[in-house]
Amino acid sequence: MTALSTLSDADLVRRCRTGDSEAWSELVERYSRYVYAICVRGFRLSDEDAEDVFQDVFTRAFLRLETLRDGSALKPWLAQLTRHRCLDAIASSSRVEPVEEVAADVGSGDMEEIEEAFAVREAVAGLSDACQDILDRFFAQDQSYRTISHELDIPAGTIASRIARCLGKLRSELEGRNEPAEGSGE
Amino acid sequence: MTRSYEEERLGKLLRLLQPAPPSWVRAAQELPYARRTFDEIVARAEADLAFRQALIADLERSLALEGDKPDRRIVAELRERLSES
Repeated sequence: MTALSTLSDADLVRRCRTGDSEAWSELVERYSRYVYAICVRGFRLSDEDAEDVFQDVFTRAFLRLETLRDGSALKPWLAQLTRHRCLDAIASSSRVEPVEEVAADVGSGDMEEIEEAFAVREAVAGLSDACQDILDRFFAQDQSYRTISHELDIPAGTIASRIARCLGKLRSELEGRNEPAEGSGE
Repeated sequence: MTRSYEEERLGKLLRLLQPAPPSWVRAAQELPYARRTFDEIVARAEADLAFRQALIADLERSLALEGDKPDRRIVAELRERLSES
């Protein structure tokens, strides 16, 4: 975990506005999966369209960061930019489905699930580096036990139990976050 | 709202945010450098009439002659900027 990765979105945006290229790099790192998921999971764009939208969203974000009044609204701002660009891509492609129908479709379950996935990913960042790594390899990168065993130099027979343990910790982390603050004593 | 997270549900959510292709991420991270190239070209075009005319005549070729290979989005923005002024 780098110092930049612990910054809030508002602080990260502030640093980006000063021309800090490392802060920009962190912003892209933090939101690349989110933007990508909206493109390919939410709107089911082709790889070619998704790449165009992905680059366009970050280019626009970079060029217009000054116009974002509240840095803490970075995520919904990026989501909106991405949704608009996805709809543009669909409108300019040869699909016959009316764009309004696509927008209504995506507006419901898929986006909600992507938002929830992002919250889970934020919770993963609260786990140990080892847990973050193994969960990401197995679930997000779809690596086999064999590959994980080889790359992390750990016995293949222990991977399932390590994943289960890390999932348990993740669940505790999430349930801790979901508990009402009132009466928590913290 | 309190949610309970079963393993299967957590797995599904973790799978949802897959890494974007590394080359896409790298290109987006390099935007500040691309922007600097853009600003330098614009500044030079404003100061050097011959360079500016060459850019307007054939943007890609002029940039290639200068040894620049900016991203196509930067080229598009340059084209727009040159046509505005």
